[in-house]
Amino acid sequence: ERERKSPPFNHLRMHPFSEGVSALQIYCMKEGVKDVCIPDLIKLLDILGDNGNLRNEEQVAIIQASTVLSLAEKWIQQIEGTEASLHQKMMDLEIEMEMFCKQKGYLEEELDYRKQALDQAYMQIQELEATLYNALQQDKVIKYGEPLDELQKDELRTAVEKLRRQMLRKSREYDCQILQERMELLHQAHQRIRDLEDKTEIQRRQIKDLEEKVVCQLGDLVCDCSVIYFLDDCGTMCVAVAARVITSVTAVSGSTMAERRGNWDKAEDDLPVYLARPGTADQVPRQKYGGLFCNIEGAFESKTIDFDALSVGQRGSRTPRTARRETGQEARSPDSDRKISPVEESPTASKQGGKHSPRVEFSTNGSIEVLQNLGDEKSERLLVKGGRIVNDDQSFHADIYMEDGIIKQIGDNLIVPGGVKTIEANGKMVIPGGIDIHTHFQMPYRGTTTVDDFAQGSKAALAGGTTMIVDHVIPDPGCSLMEAYDQWRQWADEKSCCDYALHVDITHWNDSVKQEVESLIKEKGVNSFQVYMAYKDYYQMSNSELYDIFSFLAERGGIAEVHAENGEIIAEEQARMLQMGITGPEGHVLSRPEELEAEAVFRAITIASQTNCPLYVTRVMSKSAADIISQARKRGNVVFGEPITASLGTDGTHYWSKNWAKAASFVTSPPLSPDPTTPDYLNTMLSSGDLSVTGSAHCTFSVAQKAIGKDDFTQIPEGVNGVEERMSLIWDKAVTTGKMDENMFVAVTSTNAAKILNLYPRKGRIAVGSDADLVIWDTDSIRTITAKTHNSAAEYNIFEGMELRGAPQAVICQGKIVVEEGTLHVVSGVGRFIPCSAFPDFAYKRIKARKQLAVLRAVPRGMYDGPVSEFSMSRGGTPSASARTSPTKQPSRNLHHSGFSLAGNPAQCGPTIPDDIPIRPAGRRIVVPPGGRSNITSLS
Amino acid sequence: MSGYQGKKNIPRITSDRLLVKGAKIVNDDQSFLADIYMEDGVIKQIGDNLIVPGGVKIIEAHGRMVMPGGIDVHTRFQMPDRGMVSADDFYQGTKAALAGGTTMIIDHVVPEPGVSLVAAFKQWREWADSKSCCDYSLHVDITSWNTGTQEEMETLVKDHGVNSFLVYLAYKDVFQLSDSQIYEVLSVIRDLGAIAQVHAENGDIIAEEQRRILELGITGPEGHVLSRPEEVEAEAVNRAVTIANQTNCPLYITKVMSKSAADVIALARKKGAVVYGEPISASLGTDGTHYWSKNWAKAASYVTSPPLSPDPTTPDYLNSLLSCGDLQVTGSAHCTFQTSQRAIGKDDFTLIPEGTNGTEERMSLIWGQMCGEFDLTHFTQNPKIPVTGKMDENQFVAVTSTNAAKIFNVFPRKGRIAVGSDADLVLWDPDMTKIISAKTHNLAVEYNIFEGIEVRGGPVVVISQGKIVLEEGSLHPTEGCGRYISRKPFSDHVYKRIKARSRLTELRGVPRGHYDGPVCEVTVTPKMMSTVSSVKTSPAKQQQQQQQQQQQQQQVGPQPVRNLHQSSFSLSGAQTDDNIPRRSTQRIVAPPGGKANITNLG
Repeated sequence: ERERKSPPFNHLRMHPFSEGVSALQIYCMKEGVKDVCIPDLIKLLDILGDNGNLRNEEQVAIIQASTVLSLAEKWIQQIEGTEASLHQKMMDLEIEMEMFCKQKGYLEEELDYRKQALDQAYMQIQELEATLYNALQQDKVIKYGEPLDELQKDELRTAVEKLRRQMLRKSREYDCQILQERMELLHQAHQRIRDLEDKTEIQRRQIKDLEEKVVCQLGDLVCDCSVIYFLDDCGTMCVAVAARVITSVTAVSGSTMAERRGNWDKAEDDLPVYLARPGTADQVPRQKYGGLFCNIEGAFESKTIDFDALSVGQRGSRTPRTARRETGQEARSPDSDRKISPVEESPTASKQGGKHSPRVEFSTNGSIEVLQNLGDEKSERLLVKGGRIVNDDQSFHADIYMEDGIIKQIGDNLIVPGGVKTIEANGKMVIPGGIDIHTHFQMPYRGTTTVDDFAQGSKAALAGGTTMIVDHVIPDPGCSLMEAYDQWRQWADEKSCCDYALHVDITHWNDSVKQEVESLIKEKGVNSFQVYMAYKDYYQMSNSELYDIFSFLAERGGIAEVHAENGEIIAEEQARMLQMGITGPEGHVLSRPEELEAEAVFRAITIASQTNCPLYVTRVMSKSAADIISQARKRGNVVFGEPITASLGTDGTHYWSKNWAKAASFVTSPPLSPDPTTPDYLNTMLSSGDLSVTGSAHCTFSVAQKAIGKDDFTQIPEGVNGVEERMSLIWDKAVTTGKMDENMFVAVTSTNAAKILNLYPRKGRIAVGSDADLVIWDTDSIRTITAKTHNSAAEYNIFEGMELRGAPQAVICQGKIVVEEGTLHVVSGVGRFIPCSAFPDFAYKRIKARKQLAVLRAVPRGMYDGPVSEFSMSRGGTPSASARTSPTKQPSRNLHHSGFSLAGNPAQCGPTIPDDIPIRPAGRRIVVPPGGRSNITSLS
Repeated sequence: MSGYQGKKNIPRITSDRLLVKGAKIVNDDQSFLADIYMEDGVIKQIGDNLIVPGGVKIIEAHGRMVMPGGIDVHTRFQMPDRGMVSADDFYQGTKAALAGGTTMIIDHVVPEPGVSLVAAFKQWREWADSKSCCDYSLHVDITSWNTGTQEEMETLVKDHGVNSFLVYLAYKDVFQLSDSQIYEVLSVIRDLGAIAQVHAENGDIIAEEQRRILELGITGPEGHVLSRPEEVEAEAVNRAVTIANQTNCPLYITKVMSKSAADVIALARKKGAVVYGEPISASLGTDGTHYWSKNWAKAASYVTSPPLSPDPTTPDYLNSLLSCGDLQVTGSAHCTFQTSQRAIGKDDFTLIPEGTNGTEERMSLIWGQMCGEFDLTHFTQNPKIPVTGKMDENQFVAVTSTNAAKIFNVFPRKGRIAVGSDADLVLWDPDMTKIISAKTHNLAVEYNIFEGIEVRGGPVVVISQGKIVLEEGSLHPTEGCGRYISRKPFSDHVYKRIKARSRLTELRGVPRGHYDGPVCEVTVTPKMMSTVSSVKTSPAKQQQQQQQQQQQQQQVGPQPVRNLHQSSFSLSGAQTDDNIPRRSTQRIVAPPGGKANITNLG
């Protein structure tokens, strides 16, 4: 058994790269080049160079070749060096591993020993049992000579029972002890393994980098090689050099991977044996050995032992138990017992074990399988041919080659390794994947959750051509921001199918929140925080708090997002509507008129401009709000407006629908404007750049959830769909109508968002080194939006029946094709969290410049030394300490401390900076200071 | 007074009968030549060749303009502030007003927060009745909002002739009201038929900015303007306009001091809001660059809030808006403090008592800045005097007097020269020039913020209550003769539109059947409800709901969890527990497109 467990490392190291053979390698194999001596090559080149018969280009080529060769030599040296050190490390690892195996061996011996001891104990128990039985029988014979009466039987049974329990308890305690010891050892071992694994991971990454570098440079090399291809020998040799470089690199990386694989395998293998559910692995397996004494409730479920058959007088039934124990042991060692269901226990045990431990497959299938696995996981290589790349600044025709989720090359006639999946774009647009900057997936709402969780939501996003979402973390007021953030991270990491980032909503404000915000910015990759001006008594912030938050964020480099609506007036209006008996969804829009949104936007802009903080207005739903943003931008404020899919695509007339469910499905806040020209207007503003980014504010509730507010519109959960429709809708409403061009389209759907989040150019741009999130956009396809076909879980689609032109034909996310020919292949949980760093240039360049400008200076004046009136600090008995300042700032008049001084210029007068103070313009005819009553002040 | 007879002929004090001959009468709509005969403080006849009794004092106007006496809609005479009283009391203030051609003032009653409005109103009446030299009326400021306030406002409107109330968006923790309170105040004002005045500045931001500025070590008067930027004023105006629109209440912005605030008002008027804007003498005549004066006392004398804008083009801009009708009335916000009183804020600008002078200079400033016939010859002679021709004499009358009378519902008694109107007249000399100076003004303060400005145009004769109070440069006011002018609610000028709108804006719900589909459970988590009673509604509503929920819950049991013992299944379609929310699942029933069971179409 133990032999079977120790992983056969040796098989793995032999043929590391059977699949990933590069073109060069193939070439080398064909040419039969095995090894090259670089100095020889250089010599050869020198000779060629000496030969004066060569043309200029040829000589240049030779010089280039020689440079390349010397470079190659250097690399090889480097690689060899690394290889050697890696080998050394691997040796060390192997030694460690051997040690570990030994340890494992000891452990297992120990285990066996314990088991033996246990068995012995059982034997003893059985013997005791037997003697007891005998004694009882003897008793019976001697004392009475007749069968026991009922009472006695009962007594006897209880006595036996008691004994049995005692024994059982003892044995359990014993077991517990053993198990605990084992657990400790196991923990240590596991820790060790993890360390090892990490180490190998790091090494692997190093090698990966090296390999990348080399491959990249080899591309150049190959180009060079093609130049000098006419020089027969030389060319061949160069290629050979390249081949050798590649071979050595791949060998190194291959072996390391194999090494890692081995380690990983071992870890995986070891896991089930020792750490079989560490938290719960208490007595469960032990139940099997209960034998006669096992009467624990529920114990019968996991075994077939018939205890009745073991009752007094039927000793023969012990045989099946021993047999059981053997199989039990057998099953135990490769895997946890609990994994094996009782039905298929003995016959399928080994099979099951095999399934759970990949090691079995490993040894049988060999290395090819492994490498294929690796390839699937790590390096998907894709080539998009013949597409028109559209960025926010320009469009051009080029091919894109991506690998490992990153765009590696862009250009014509790319040289790519073999075995690459190629997509023919046939001149279609290739755009950076959309970024939906505002979603509420899996948002908890009063005990329920939105119907679209991260899996469903991000799936819909991908279907619509959006490859990244930014979700809002909404901590309950009074709860920790950090905990909420962790919670959202957990949800999203589990389920998200595409990359994501997070905004955090600030729902209350105090010093501890301040600290949390700071650490979120610094450590957790959040750079945008939303505050609410609506939802009175719940999320709403007062003006002072807004001021405080904005100035805090401005210092730390965050972006302040606001939900802009005047919550106080809304509360009043809502009460009025309900009084008037309006309870349907139309009350929602009636109680939240457009003006309240515009007013709050105006206020937010004012506060932001006071605090010099970049402002981001989420959900621009009305013309007047958009106007105010546009005016503010014209005045030079740093403001970004985000219209959402709903406001760009539909209007608020539906609130008056006679169908309650339909009307309710449009409820969101700020509400959709009942003015039917709003979508058109917002699209125009988006095209002109007055509004900067688009989100969807996707937050869907089922009709049943919406029906919470069937008798009171204020209770209707708010939110509409839109993540899937966003890109198509903007294309249809803005691009096909000629309002914006394709580049602007990319800017508003993706690039601007990336810039605001400080993720540019990793996201939002097709460039070498950017993430391989692409959409091949079909400008001509027409589809009709309907809830029947959409990917969201909601029953209603607010865009129901809308015909939209333009749709993604293929979507590539993290370098993998997720949408192809209308079919979706998403993998839940592959989405990575993308941390956003503070001080995004897009917003903060201007802010920083202003900060330097906006230094305020006092006017240097002499001390006022005239008469001062008496005044009382209290105003008519009201407790408020001061008329205008905060109580803490109140400088109470100190009668002992007179400002009067005989010297004209007292010391505490600030530094005199006469040149910098604003000089009064000569405009008004101020002739003289009145009458020169010089006793009023002494001019300094 | 009516007992006097003309025969006694002591014109300066006793003459009730006056005839103005050969005057060019200027009203807000037209100008015409006619004589005016007045008796007992009322205009009795207008026309040529009037038949008048003997013993009448005759003033020869010689074709000069006679216009309705000015109405200063915003003064704060004798205002208490932290134990002090502003330098000009009702006597001093109204005297200055008369000297400037203003024959009626409307003062602000500022009750201490928590003090009864009616009591404060009576206090002000007492002060003014004993001292005022001209007719006056009173605005009442709402400085706190509590249950009794509404009844008091009602009393004031019904019994005391007050039809305007001022609320503050500034002065955090003192006078400032929250948005919801303002919404409520405005609703009450609308119902009473009064006019809502607003001191528009965002007090929250100002408080923060003041703290910041003080932390920066700026303690002089320049800190005042730095901590109250123009934007903050515009923001508050915008907010006030929004709330007024929501409540369908007429709005009156006091002290429009900056371009952007004026723009917001103009824009709101274009959108159809019932909004009036009041620039004051200070904002029309000077700018905020003086805050940086090296002379502390001078800089401090400009302290008012909202502050004067440091942008020197502001006065001109406001004048233009006033001329074109985007701003309607002018006040002075006259509230003066002695330098020694100002000096309590010598180390902290937030303590400087606020207010500027302006009641005396108001009419001349507006005329001199931008009014009068465009006289080229005059202009060439005195090129320094800007006679811009922005406004004609009728518009001048409108902005200094008539509009105010209309808005505050004293028209045509005041603000117009017509038979039956009060005999408050000004004989205006458009060519008179004068240099404003603290040495010559009629005020008690040492500083005049318009010091050195040369204005053109001024009153030659001022007739108040049918008596000549200013003649040939000498002032003869009578202390205590000023009457309180009570103002009725529902001013036509303001409320005609409001009434039409309130009829229009009746909202109706959509008639629908009852929703009979599945309803999701709502768990009222204690965490969410502990902080606040409601998510979005007012507490009262929420309580009802909570009660309903509790009732529902009581029917099922303490928790709305699935009760396995009580099956909800029944063979008949109707279920006993339809009101118990079912567990939510994805895609509960069906959907879009038409299964009619989700709703009953009404």
